[in-house]
Amino acid sequence: MMEKMIIGRYVPAESLVHRMDPRSKLIIIFLFVCVIFLANNFFTYALIGIYTFLMLGLSRIPFRFLYAGLKPVLWLVLFTLLLQVFFTKEGSLLYEFGPIKIYEEGVRQGIFISMRFFFLILMTSLLTLTTTPIEITDGLETLLNPLKKVRFPVHEMALMMSISLRFIPTLMQETDKIMKAQIARGVEFSSGPVKERIKAVIPLLIPLFVSSFKRAEELAIAMEARGYRGGEGRTKYRLLSWKLADTLQLLILAILTILLILLRS
Amino acid sequence: MDISLQSIEYRYQANTPFERLAIKDVSIEIPTGTYMALIGHTGSGKSTVLQHLNALLLPTEGTVVIGDHKVKAKQKNKNLRQIRQKVGIVFQFPEHQLFEETVEKDIIFGPMNFGVSEADAKERARLALQQVGLSKEILEKSPFDLSGGQMRRVAIAGVLAMEPDCLVLDEPTAGLDPRGRKEIMDMFYSLHKERNLSTILVTHSMEDAAKYADQIVIMQQGHVVKQGTPIEIFSSVSELVEMGLDVPEVVRFQRSIEEKLGVKLGATYLSIEELSSAVTELLRGAPV
Repeated sequence: MMEKMIIGRYVPAESLVHRMDPRSKLIIIFLFVCVIFLANNFFTYALIGIYTFLMLGLSRIPFRFLYAGLKPVLWLVLFTLLLQVFFTKEGSLLYEFGPIKIYEEGVRQGIFISMRFFFLILMTSLLTLTTTPIEITDGLETLLNPLKKVRFPVHEMALMMSISLRFIPTLMQETDKIMKAQIARGVEFSSGPVKERIKAVIPLLIPLFVSSFKRAEELAIAMEARGYRGGEGRTKYRLLSWKLADTLQLLILAILTILLILLRS
Repeated sequence: MDISLQSIEYRYQANTPFERLAIKDVSIEIPTGTYMALIGHTGSGKSTVLQHLNALLLPTEGTVVIGDHKVKAKQKNKNLRQIRQKVGIVFQFPEHQLFEETVEKDIIFGPMNFGVSEADAKERARLALQQVGLSKEILEKSPFDLSGGQMRRVAIAGVLAMEPDCLVLDEPTAGLDPRGRKEIMDMFYSLHKERNLSTILVTHSMEDAAKYADQIVIMQQGHVVKQGTPIEIFSSVSELVEMGLDVPEVVRFQRSIEEKLGVKLGATYLSIEELSSAVTELLRGAPV
């Protein structure tokens, strides 16, 4: 069930995108999220589409895998499309059937907004698919470093993030294990009336909470025992290195932005 | 209840870049009343095989027959619940599955899920608690107030109270002290004999395998590499050592006696008593 989910998952591979500096990837994603709102007609959306698929190609993530993993999200995209199509009442009337009226602007908006949504999901998944969680946190920590001046606890934030990211797979395994143990004791998680299924969550959640608290305590003790004392004076084992490819990637995004500004209507 | 695995294969996360072949072409027969030990290294596929015995995993290839039920690869399989009622699994560290407010409620949880009435389930809880060697007083306690060993026993009682025809044990004594280990293993064995259960034990302890099992299956890298009675298995020490597996202490001792004295005892002995009487016999008969 959870095996197919790919959001937040890293796929190891050798590719240009994998080798990029996490900082440049984070900056690019951040800018991309802003830039995508520049698109407002066919050409600009086509441009963004080409860019997105170019990046996907460079990452060497198998497309079939991406499709299987994003299928649940595609339903959300479809839902936004339908919402726009049925509820926007602008432009000329295209089609009428009883109380249902579909307008030209609705179709246009629907397609554009769901496209935007779709590309955003693709690009952000690409970030997590090609960057290990630890790289992302390292990148974020360095990027946010200036905020230390205003006493923002950057290191603590990054630590919290890496700990929670680190324990997602552990928690998933644990969930799977306890779920199986309870299924073996006759719990039905995936069939039966809704009320029963909600009740079935209790034998899963309580053991999960218990073990999570236990694990958190053990982790705290282990860190204490090894003399952890926050970010002060801490050096890094993995050093980030900004390479030519990173600069080039930023340049490509800049060119995309300029083209978008020129082509938008 | 007979169980039979017919050339089953299982792939984790099929059709993704994470696809991993866990077991391949595994065939095992477990007739009613068999005590079978499943041995192998971590990652050899033992746990995967074990989960097929309860239809927790469905094979990606092959057929699993559990009593009257057939579970086939690539088919909609129904009535998995009935299988789960008949096959009880004690997972590794079963105390992690406890969740109820009281020990009693936790033990009757399984039976009641399978439609046993509350009164009957409570009766079973009392019996199961006795079997695992705990007193009735703790029935009203919270399972989270118990010691680790007691929690383990309560969790095991929760599986026993389902009164399964087949018990599947995944290293049930991992992390227990030697005395608790022996008590629990002996308890499973007497239950196995009393109720004519089929028992499948996954273990790293060659001692336990030699002592309790009628049949031993050795797995390596997702395959069954050797299968036979304990005596057959432990007769070829060098083969086991080659696989990186341990040999029971008694067998090791027998081999070193044979080497020292330059003799060959007729058979492989798995208990200290048998070996000592064989050695005595040998010494008596031997010209001094």
